[in-house]
Amino acid sequence: MQLVLEKRAERSRTIALVSPLIAIGLTLVTMSVLFAVLGKNPLTALGVYFIAPLTDGYSLQEIAVKATPLVMIAIGLSLCYLANAWNIGAEGQFLIGAVAGSWIAVKTQGTEAGHWVLPAMLVAGAAAGALYALIPALCRVKFGASEILTSLMLVYVADLLLDYLVRGPWRDPAGFNFPTTAEFDPVATVPVLIEGGRLHLGSLIALIVVAGAFVLLDRTIKGFEIRVVGVAPRAARFGGFNANQLVLLTFAVSGALAGLSGIIEVAGPVGHLQPGISPGYGFTAIIVAFLGRLNPIGILIAGLFLALTFIGGEQAQITMKIPLDVTKVFQGILLFYVLACDSLILYRFKLIFTSRQVQSGAG
Amino acid sequence: MLSPGPADPHQTQPLLQTVGLTKRYGDFLANDAVDIEIFPREIHALLGENGAGKSTLVKTIYGLVQPSAGELRWQGAPVKLSGPAEARSLGIGMVFQHFSLFDNLTVAENVALGLDGKEPFKAISERLADVARDYGLPLDPKREVWQLSVGERQRIEIVRALMQNPKFLILDEPTAVLTPQEADQLFVVLERLKAEGRAILYISHKLDEVKRLCDTATILRGGRKVATCNPKSETAASLARMMVGAEIKEVKPPAERRTTVPRLVVNDLTLAPAELHGVRLQNISFELKGGEILGIAGVAGNGQDELFAALSGERLVKEPGTIIIDGLACGNLSITQRRKMGAAFVPEERLGHGTAPRMRLSENALLTGHAASDMVRHGFINAAATLRTVDRTTETFDVRKAKRDPEAASLSGGNLQKFVVGREILRTPAVLIVNQPTWGVDAGAAAIIRQALIDLASAGAAVLVTSQDLDELMEIADRIAVMFHGHLSPALPRAEATREKLGLLMGGASLDQKEAAHAAGA
Repeated sequence: MQLVLEKRAERSRTIALVSPLIAIGLTLVTMSVLFAVLGKNPLTALGVYFIAPLTDGYSLQEIAVKATPLVMIAIGLSLCYLANAWNIGAEGQFLIGAVAGSWIAVKTQGTEAGHWVLPAMLVAGAAAGALYALIPALCRVKFGASEILTSLMLVYVADLLLDYLVRGPWRDPAGFNFPTTAEFDPVATVPVLIEGGRLHLGSLIALIVVAGAFVLLDRTIKGFEIRVVGVAPRAARFGGFNANQLVLLTFAVSGALAGLSGIIEVAGPVGHLQPGISPGYGFTAIIVAFLGRLNPIGILIAGLFLALTFIGGEQAQITMKIPLDVTKVFQGILLFYVLACDSLILYRFKLIFTSRQVQSGAG
Repeated sequence: MLSPGPADPHQTQPLLQTVGLTKRYGDFLANDAVDIEIFPREIHALLGENGAGKSTLVKTIYGLVQPSAGELRWQGAPVKLSGPAEARSLGIGMVFQHFSLFDNLTVAENVALGLDGKEPFKAISERLADVARDYGLPLDPKREVWQLSVGERQRIEIVRALMQNPKFLILDEPTAVLTPQEADQLFVVLERLKAEGRAILYISHKLDEVKRLCDTATILRGGRKVATCNPKSETAASLARMMVGAEIKEVKPPAERRTTVPRLVVNDLTLAPAELHGVRLQNISFELKGGEILGIAGVAGNGQDELFAALSGERLVKEPGTIIIDGLACGNLSITQRRKMGAAFVPEERLGHGTAPRMRLSENALLTGHAASDMVRHGFINAAATLRTVDRTTETFDVRKAKRDPEAASLSGGNLQKFVVGREILRTPAVLIVNQPTWGVDAGAAAIIRQALIDLASAGAAVLVTSQDLDELMEIADRIAVMFHGHLSPALPRAEATREKLGLLMGGASLDQKEAAHAAGA
C-alpha cells in the first residue's frame, strides 16, 4: 500500500478556500504538542492566545492597530508574488519609510510648521520605501540578480541605518542617552480615530488600500497583467505584457506600502523613532499574504488573525510565562502548513493498494 | 540480435496480448476493455484520433501506467509491469515522440544514461557504433546532441532501444518529425527489424504510411477498440471513417481568389537566436498578398519558432523595415502595436503560450483582445465584452465546453485550438500568422480550422501558415516555402509543390541540385 499525490484535472476551488483553515488546524495541533512539551496545559495556552484577546475592547483595538501594518505590507507583497517577483525585504522598506518620514518630523520639531507636516511625512515614507524596493528590482531586471537575496540583505542595511541615526545625529538630547528621537510634535502625529483610544487613521488607510487592491486586481488591465505574468509568463509575453516592467512596478508599489506603514507606525502608535519599532511586521506580512491566498479580502482576514497571535503571545508571556518567541515559532509553523496545504489545490492524496511502484509518464 | 533461425513453433501465439485492458482516470475511461494481439514478425498499426487512448495503451504496455483492470500477457503468460525497466527486461522497447535527450551530452553519453546495466562506457560506445552501422543508422557517438538534426536525434532513440535487443518495439508517431525521404529510410529499418522476427507497434495517424508499412491495424476510438483489420485491404477513407466514427467534412477548396496588395512583407530578416542552441534566422524574405495563404513547411526546430517570435513582435528587430505590415514598417514595434495595426497571431503551443491554462476563457480573450477592442476602457476591463467574445467564438467555431466560461486547461485540445484560432479570426485581422494550426487536433476540429483560414483569406486577409504537416499545407496553401536551418526557400506555387520537391528542401537540398538528393538525409 502506498500513499501518492495524484494530479487533479482542474484546480479545486473548494480546497483553495479551505486550505488556510486546514493549515490553521494543523498549526494548532502542533502548537498544543509544543505547549505540552513546555509543561503548559495546551487548552489553557490556546485560550490565552486566541480567545482572551477577543474578550476586551482594549485588546480588540490593539489587534486592529497591529493588523494595520501587516495588512498594508501584505497587500503590496501579494502584488509582487502574483507577478512572480519575490520581495522578501518589506521589513527593510518599512524601516526606510519610517526613517524618511521621521526626518521631516525631526527637522520641523519645535518649529511653527503647520498641518502639511504629517502628509509630507506620509509621502516621504512611501516614496522612500518605493525607491528602496526598486534597488533589488532593478538589480534583477538589469543584471539578473536574485531579488530574494538582495531584498533580504537590504533589510539589515535599513536596520543599521536607523540604529545609527537614533544613536547619533537624531538622538533626543533630553532622552537620557536612550537611542530614540524626541516625541513627535502633534502636527507630525497620526490622529487616533476615537478619543483616548488606540485605533488610528492608519487603519482606515489600510482598508482603503485593501479596496484599491481589490479593484486593481479584479477590474483593471494592469491587475490582469500582474496575474498573467505570474501564472503564465509566456502567455503574458504573447499578450504583450512586459514582465520586467511589472517587476519594477510591483516592487515599487509594495515598497511604497511598506514605507507608508512604517511611517504610520512611527508617527502613530510609537510616537517617535527608535530601534525595534517593528516586531518583524515585514516578515510576518509574508505569512499574511500567503495565508490570505494573495487575495485582498483574504489578506485582511489573515492580517487580523496574525495580529491576534502577537497580542495573544504577549498575554501568554505575562500570564503563563510562555516565551514571546513562541509566537514566531507559531507563525513559522503556520507558513509551513499553508504552503504544504496549497499542494492539495492541484493534487490529491490517493492510496494505491499494490506494492507496485508508480511512475509518471514520460511521453 | 535475434537469430532469424527456423520458424518459431509458437508462431501462432501472440508475443504480446492485452485482455480487457482498462485504465480509468477518475470518471474518465482512457482505455475501455481493449483487446489487442501482436505477433512476432508483424508491424501492427495503432490508429486513432488524439484522445482515443493510444498513448495510454502503449504506456500501459511499456509499464509507465498501471491498468485499472484487465491483463497484459507476454508470450502467453500474464505479467504485471512495475515500470519501464521491467518492460525492457522482458524485451519491450519504446521510442517516444518527444525525445528525452540531454542537449549538452554526446550521443554515447545519452545512450549510456538510458541503459540499465553496468556496462563500461567504452563498451557502450563501441556497441552503439556497431548497432548503428549494422542497421544503416549512421551516428557519431562523440557528437553532442544539440548539433544534431531532429532526424538524427530520433536515430539515437531508435539505436538506444535496439541496443537492448528488444523482441517488441513501440514507435510513437515516428515520422511526425521526418522529411518524406527520412521516413522512407526509417521504413527500410523497420522492415528489416520485422524480418529479424521482431514485432513492432506503430502509432500514427498518417493513413497512407500505415497502408504501406503495416500488416495489421487496430483502431481505437474514445478509449475503445473499434476494429482490427488489414490496412492494405482498406482505403484511407474507410480507415479514417473508423477512426472518426463519421464522415469527415471535406474542406472546400478555395474559390478562385483574387490577390490584392502585399499586406505582409519581410525584407532580409536576419536574427541571432535568443536561446542557447536556438536557430539563427538567415536573410529571410517573402511577400504575402491579401487573399493569399502562404504555407511554410519544414521539420520542427529549423527556425519556425524564431520566425514566429520575430513576426509577432515577441522579439523585436532593430531595423523597422525588415517587417512591413500593410505598408507600415514595424520590425521594432511591440506585439500590441502590431495587433493594433490589424495583425493577429496564433502560436504553436496553445496551453501556456496561446492561453494561460489556469485562467478562464474570458480572461484569455482579453489576453490578445486588450490591444484593439472595446474590452478595455480607461484601464478598466469590460467583463461583458470579454464574455461576448467567448460566446461569439463558441458559436461560430463550435467550441464544446462544460460551462460558459471554464478554465482554458479544461478544454480538449481541439476545442481549445478552435477557441484560440477563433478568438483571432473574429477580430477580422488584415494579417494572420499561425503556427501549427491543427497540431494534435481531432479531424473534425481540424477541418473547421482549415476552412476558417481559407475563408479568412477569401475575405481579403493575408494568411501565413507554418506547419509540419505537408498534407495540410497542400490542402490550404496557395504557395509553399520550406524552412531549413533558419533559411527560407523561395515559395513554390501549389501546383508545382510536390511531396518529393518539398521533402528535398526540408532535408536541406536546393532544387537546382537534385542530384545531391542522397545527401539530404545525412
